[in-house]
Formats: sequence, C-alpha cells, structure tokens
Amino acid sequence: MARAHSERSLRGRVAVVGIGETQYYRHGASPDPEFKLALKAILAACDDAGLDPREIDGFSSYSEERSEASRLAAALGTRRLSTATMQWGGGGGGCCAAVANAAAAIVAGLADCVVVFRSLAQGQYGRFGQTGGISTISGEKAYLMPYGVLAPPQRFAMRVQRYMHEHGVRQEAMQAIALASYHHAQSNPRAVMFGKPLDPGKYNASRWIAEPFHLYDCCMENDGAAAIILVPEERAGDFRNKPAYILGAAVGAGYRSGAIPHNSPHYASASFETLAPALYRMAGIGPADVDVVQSYENFTGGVVMALAEHGFFKPEEANDFLTLDNLIAPAGRLPLNTSGGNLAECYMHGFELVIEAVRQIRGQSVNQVKRNDVAMVIGGPMVTPASNLLVGSGATL
Amino acid sequence: MNDTLRRSYLPAGLPIPVSESDGLSAPYWAGLRQNRLLVQRCAHCRTWQFGPEWLCHHCHSFDLEWTAVEPRGRIFSWERVWSPSHDALRQHGPYLAVLVELPDAGNVRMVGNLLGDPTQAVIIGTGVEGVFEHHCESTPPYSLLQWQFAVA
Repeated sequence: MARAHSERSLRGRVAVVGIGETQYYRHGASPDPEFKLALKAILAACDDAGLDPREIDGFSSYSEERSEASRLAAALGTRRLSTATMQWGGGGGGCCAAVANAAAAIVAGLADCVVVFRSLAQGQYGRFGQTGGISTISGEKAYLMPYGVLAPPQRFAMRVQRYMHEHGVRQEAMQAIALASYHHAQSNPRAVMFGKPLDPGKYNASRWIAEPFHLYDCCMENDGAAAIILVPEERAGDFRNKPAYILGAAVGAGYRSGAIPHNSPHYASASFETLAPALYRMAGIGPADVDVVQSYENFTGGVVMALAEHGFFKPEEANDFLTLDNLIAPAGRLPLNTSGGNLAECYMHGFELVIEAVRQIRGQSVNQVKRNDVAMVIGGPMVTPASNLLVGSGATL
Repeated sequence: MNDTLRRSYLPAGLPIPVSESDGLSAPYWAGLRQNRLLVQRCAHCRTWQFGPEWLCHHCHSFDLEWTAVEPRGRIFSWERVWSPSHDALRQHGPYLAVLVELPDAGNVRMVGNLLGDPTQAVIIGTGVEGVFEHHCESTPPYSLLQWQFAVA
C-alpha cells in the first residue's frame, strides 16, 4: 500500500499534530474581530500540539481569507515566514486544498511547520447569504442576479434539482443528511445547534428557502476560527497527541466545470468526477477502506452528489443508502459529519470538518466511530476548484 | 414569439447587468435591448459558446461571431425561490427561475424567470420560448430574456 518516496505523492509524508478552534458563534455574535479569532484558533492548535507558535513558518488558507499571512507572522512573532499560500477561488471548495497546498510545501522542502486555518466574523464583514448594495453587476452574476438568482441557495438549487431528476433522488435522502448532522451535534457541546434536535416532522415543516431546499438543507452562517498544524512525518512523534497522517488529497474539477452561467457540460455534479479517483489513487485505498466521512454541506443535495462521486453508492442507490441509521456513529455503514458539520456544529467553511477528521483518527471525537484508521474530508461541492482529503492513523502507513 | 413584456417579472432594484470593462459580453446585452438573442459561434469550427469568452473552447480560434438565435428551448432545470435574499424582494413572495437549454445553439444554457403563476408545476424538458423584458427607465437601461411555456 505504501508508496516509495521517489513517487510524487503526499502519502504518509506530512502529519497533523495540532488542532484548535475558538468558541463557535451564530453569525455576527462573535465578541472578537476576525483577526483575533484567527490568532486564538492558531494558538489553540499550537497548545494542542505543545508547539511554540514562533516555530510556525507558513500559513495556508482559502476562500478569500482576510487574516493575512504576513500580519499573522508579525503578530505571532514567528521567526521566519517560509510559505504563504491561498487557494484560488471556489469558496469552501478549497478547505481541503488549503491542507494539500500546505502539505505540498512541506514535502517540497519549502517549509517545516505550516498552520492551515479559516477565520470568519460576519458581524464585522457582512453575511455570505445576503446580497445588497450592488447597483450594477458583470460577469457570471450578471446572467443570474437580475433574475433573482442571488444567494448561494438559489445558485445551487437548480443543480440539485437536475440531479434529483436524472437519478430519481427523493427529498428523504437529503433529509437523512440533515438529520445525521443534527443527531451528531446533540452530543457535541461545541456545536451551535447543541441542544436543538431535528426530526423528520420539523424538517418537513420547515420553510422552503429555494425548492428543493428546506431551511434544514442549508448550512448555517457563523463566526469563529479553526486551525491545524502540519509538520513533516519525521517530526510527527515530537508532539502531545497521536498524529494523523495525510494519505492523499486532490484539488480541481473536471472538463469545463467553470463554464458560466450554469454551462458546465457535466452540470448535475458535485465536481468530484476527476478528484475522487485521484484521491484514492494517491492514498492507495478505495471507498470500502474509509471508516468515516466529513462531507461539506453547503446544501444537503451537494452531499448526496459528493458521496456518490466518491463511490460510496451509485446515484440510483442514494434513496436506499442515505438513511439516518446508515449515517450515524458509532456503527452506521458510513458515519457522516460526526461533529454536526456545517449544518449543526459550525459553518467554518468546512474547516471544522478537517478538525473532526483528525479527532476521529485520534479517537477523540464526541461521536467516535469504532473503526478509525481512515477518515475522509470532502470540501465544498458543486464549485470549482473543489478539493478532498484523506487522513489516516500510523497503522495505515 | 419575440414578445416584449409590459411589466417586469421581478420588482425593480435588483442588480443591473452590464458588460465587463473589457467589453466581452457587450454584444449580448446590446442584442437583448433590440429583441435579439445573440450567442457566440466559432467562425472556424462552428462550435456554439455561452457564456462568452475570447477564445473558442473547442478549436482555440479567436474568431467568434455573435450569431442571432431564435429564443426557444426546453427547461433543463428549475427552482422556486421562497426566501428573499435582497431588499428588493422582501415583500415579493415566491418566484420561479429556470435553466433553459437551447437546441438551436448547441444546447447552451441560460437562466431566466418562468412567467406566469409562481406556484405552477414545472416539468423538466418542457418547451419554452423567450420574452424580452426591457428596463428602459433604469440607469443604465438594460433588457432581460424571460421564458414562457411554448404555445405548441
């Protein structure tokens, strides 16, 4: 299974040795400004690792992150800055790409200790889900916004509708994904929806945002920050916690997936048709080897597509596979979004999913799965570039 | 066909479409103002292309011609929007957006609104025809292409 180091691969060569997050808040509710949230999450990750923050020599993020690397390096007093990487576009589709880019910098010898992070204070900077104050618009949005296709639910509903039409996917499949996230959040005190359970009746009675999305098919909007620390595999044993190794990652999308407006040839897709095979190839494993999955829920329909594209079931099997029992820890067929994810833990643009994957490998999740050697993260679906990630225990190397 | 709409489907105040500063889509928006749907077609390999780009994605020719197309197609997908995400829509209620593919132009797709009762059933594959919606009073003025069920 292991690959020779002469091959071009991330497999087993980089370890996650620290994880940290701030308290998670409803959008606009953070008492701290965004940059301070970033600093808090990074320091928490260093503390988790037992690492002097001055040893960080690189920063990696995505989705037009505003907490900028040089300012972070100056604030933290890092002794030198060796890499500063931003993933280009794709919003939350970049949450795994940011990890991949950092890992690649380490494997290539550019940097030794890279923090990957995301910070968000929407009270300070405005919400993602509202559009106002725009008078004229050009480019892709010019073909959409004048028709009331403005916010993310409206931009993605037609894609999911088409997928449901092509493959006979029912509303209940999407509902099961929402129920699984809320189920897991009820045992996660970090979760914004902790103490707020969801059942099918409440899901069905919830208002439509844009058909086929009910309220509970849509992610929250939140404030907070989350960070992880990456080091070369040789140093993995020098820190407090059990390391989680990068087994593989893939970034991008298929043929002309960026053709606007809504003109990608493979429209009813989550953008993983090329990425899933690349990820499995690098990791040297297949879907049956994956113990637990964290799959970015901007909208539940995107998760249906993303899981199918990663080979966990065929699209035509979605209705049978996607049931609450199959998706919950500790022993469902495919435990999904075990912290509560974007729907119910915190919409940290998927970075809470990356942290949860590491917790599962360590055996520290509040919804710990029984088999925990291989954890997958699937970044934001239906965008380009998208990304995915596999992390594993030392036993997988 | 090629009807012009008296009243706009959605209330005023939504973002106004304009060409990019490099002029890439200017012929498209100018065409709509004149009740013409123009789509790029490669003069070299005849590939249709929408949205516009400077280069033919098929043969890499820069020689793309803006070609008039009958505004007719079929519904490729749709959504009914209930939750307003813009102040202009705050009091409006539900509305329908459709993604229409154009068989006469290489099956390129365009987003518009489906005219009529916003609570009506929508079936993928249904034939539709275009209706030009002019916003002459707007600054700057602009036009949209809306859709209604085809007569025959």
